[in-house]
Amino acid sequence: MTPLLQVEKVSKYYGRRIGCADVSFDLYPGEVMGIVGESGSGKSTLLSCLAGHLVPDSGAVRFDTRADGLRDTVTMSEPERRMLGRTDWAFVHQHARDGLRMNVSAGGNVGERLMAVNARHYGEIRDKAIDWLGRVEISDDRIDDRPTAFSGGMQQRLQIARNLVTGPRLVFMDEPTGGLDVSVQARLLDLMRGLVREMNLSAIIVTHDLAVVRLLADRLMVMKDGHMVETGLTDQVLDDPQHAYTQLLVSSVLQV
Amino acid sequence: MSAYNFAYLDEQTKRMIRRAILKGLAIPGYQVPFASREMPMPYGWGTGGVQVTASVLMPEDTLKVIDQGADDTTNAVSIRRFFERTAGVAVTEATVEASVIQTRHRIPEEPLQAGQILVYQVPIPEPLRFLEPSEVETRKMHSLEEYGLMHVKLYEDISQHGAIATAYAYPVKVEGRYVMDPSPIPKFDNPKLEMEAIQLFGAGREQRIYAIPPFTQVVSLDFDDYPFAPTKADHACDLCGAEDSYLDELIVDDAGGRMFMCSDTDYCLTRRKAGHIGAQGVPYEEASV
Repeated sequence: MTPLLQVEKVSKYYGRRIGCADVSFDLYPGEVMGIVGESGSGKSTLLSCLAGHLVPDSGAVRFDTRADGLRDTVTMSEPERRMLGRTDWAFVHQHARDGLRMNVSAGGNVGERLMAVNARHYGEIRDKAIDWLGRVEISDDRIDDRPTAFSGGMQQRLQIARNLVTGPRLVFMDEPTGGLDVSVQARLLDLMRGLVREMNLSAIIVTHDLAVVRLLADRLMVMKDGHMVETGLTDQVLDDPQHAYTQLLVSSVLQV
Repeated sequence: MSAYNFAYLDEQTKRMIRRAILKGLAIPGYQVPFASREMPMPYGWGTGGVQVTASVLMPEDTLKVIDQGADDTTNAVSIRRFFERTAGVAVTEATVEASVIQTRHRIPEEPLQAGQILVYQVPIPEPLRFLEPSEVETRKMHSLEEYGLMHVKLYEDISQHGAIATAYAYPVKVEGRYVMDPSPIPKFDNPKLEMEAIQLFGAGREQRIYAIPPFTQVVSLDFDDYPFAPTKADHACDLCGAEDSYLDELIVDDAGGRMFMCSDTDYCLTRRKAGHIGAQGVPYEEASV
């Protein structure tokens, strides 16, 4: 079976400081991978390198393209990479306002990716937008409201709808539940778990919230100071942490 | 007269601008950066158009300047007088007699001919400006032909107003490649952008020049189920009776009385001279006495 994403020795330095170093892993179709670690451990740098927002200093990020099979996204041309970014990839930002157009209505936000791949029929775009708003539990009478009129949880759900409308195969999520209160978090997680299973999505989720990865991720990667220190099945890593830092991380979770 | 170089700008500047114009003509719809000069008028008054006109003007040219279609408004009169004084070229109000026409926000009703040049004054050359504030990003979008965002604006129009409400500066795609802002002409004028004359666009404050060569394909963007439709006031000109021209609406008294008249003054006058009379018009001979 070909992996959907093959990451090989990706390194990114900020001058002499390490962003992330020598990270390698394979991600298979339908698999959800969690990346955890403390602030500054290189999680977001790694995610940006994988999603093509940053250019890694060395290493390869090979994606299983529909047309040509595995291709290195670092060396492919920018138009091709940006095309992937609005078709097969999706990126859910931590802050919804980074991933949404705040001065465009909810329907326009969801429709943008469709129009970017040449949808030119207003009625169809609108029907699809209504369908997707329904799937993320936003009622269709809010379709012409701007995201500024939405609560934080709704904005985050809208961002997810906007990203998934073109049927991507790989979703990058950067702290998707950060800044939301726990009950909203729980509903969002439930929604994402449903969508991931239903659409057979592969996802890479960066978070520092171990509960999120416990719920969503099949596999877990623990990062510390830019290096991958431990990797394995989520339950295995969380229940029987081997590396000293992972043990610290797991034992630091507040028990309610 | 001798205090100025011909047409105000120095020859080096004109060369620089002509290079930008040639590049613009070679890549229809592409915004070419140029070193816009300070002109003796404020930004927003047509500094871009004036620089383009100055660079294409020859001593034997005949110049016409219109502002919203009219030859007799302040902006048009001052720019025309400016070139009369600095270039000494012949000027005219007749569209057919002009070899260079500088315009603000209109295309003349009379179809332009090969050999004529139409120079537009452009306030904001970037059609994506209000959708994507970053110029770095919009340039990238142009170079990679990523124009989905432009349709987001039209989508928003339909979702808010039930129809594409953009009535002027209606975005077009030039020769199947670049999306271009045709300057704030009414969308009524968009179909006329495919013409025999050369069209040059100058944005002085924004330092951009772009162009449409003759016979270039210019398509107004739309949706399959909401096709582009040029619109005008549903009325005939009250002075000359024309039903095919773009109209201005004038409030004429305090009782809500109004009249519609051609925004293209030369077109209206030519028709009145030829004997056409609108609902509130008088024969041309009587009016001019």
